[in-house]
Amino acid sequence: MFHPITTVHYLVLSAALLAIGVIGVLARRNIVIILMSIELILNAVNINLIAFSHYFRQVSGQIFAIFVITVAVAEAAVGLGILIALFRNKQTVLADEINLLKW
Amino acid sequence: MTETIFFYAFALLTLGGGVLTITRRNAVHSAIALIVSLAGVAGLFLLQHAEFLFAVQIILYVGGVMLLYLFVIMLVNLDEAARQPQFNKQWWLALACVLVVGLELFYFIRKGAGAFRLAEPSPQTSTLGNTEQLADVLFSQYLLPFELASVLLLVAIVGSVLMGKKEV
Repeated sequence: MFHPITTVHYLVLSAALLAIGVIGVLARRNIVIILMSIELILNAVNINLIAFSHYFRQVSGQIFAIFVITVAVAEAAVGLGILIALFRNKQTVLADEINLLKW
Repeated sequence: MTETIFFYAFALLTLGGGVLTITRRNAVHSAIALIVSLAGVAGLFLLQHAEFLFAVQIILYVGGVMLLYLFVIMLVNLDEAARQPQFNKQWWLALACVLVVGLELFYFIRKGAGAFRLAEPSPQTSTLGNTEQLADVLFSQYLLPFELASVLLLVAIVGSVLMGKKEV
């Protein structure tokens, strides 16, 4: 039961969180939930970076995680801004009802 | 042994919160589940001795980003969306694709675990604290990306203000 925790444990956890996030992006219709799923995906990447940073005793992985967090915050701000503009014009937040560019 | 217990507790928080996030009908419930999940990720950072990122994760995600999400959920009327089906017609295809990719990832991790000898980490070399080490590298080796990140944030601020305006 009590095996020591290795980097492999973190990699498996990160892969599982990534899979959950991708399912959310691909299968949900609500755009708010899709943006939340993108946050989950970016956090899975961060777990991976931190795990390897700890394993190699290099802080570069943590620096990259900081940049990933920066990009995630910028993405959330712009994404939610687009969502508000979209809701004002189309009165819907369902991704498959926004099909103006579809043939 | 304590580390093992804490790892599994935080892993449960992370994955359980993630699953709840993508399955709840009510968007506010999803946001609360996402807070739980991100707090679990913060705990994992602490277990990996990334104390600075632990604090950043709590302050930035749980304090900042989730507040933004909750504000938008209140601004946008989600009642109509909550009555509709929550998953689109291709959800089974998405599930199948993710299952295949997940199996592939687990296969590669299994194969790579032996090749990289991931079980034993290399020995600790530095005696500096985590934040001090991070600052040393960030403000010398990664100074240009750091400055570029500030430009990115400026562009994001201008973009989101422009998107939020009534008429452009």
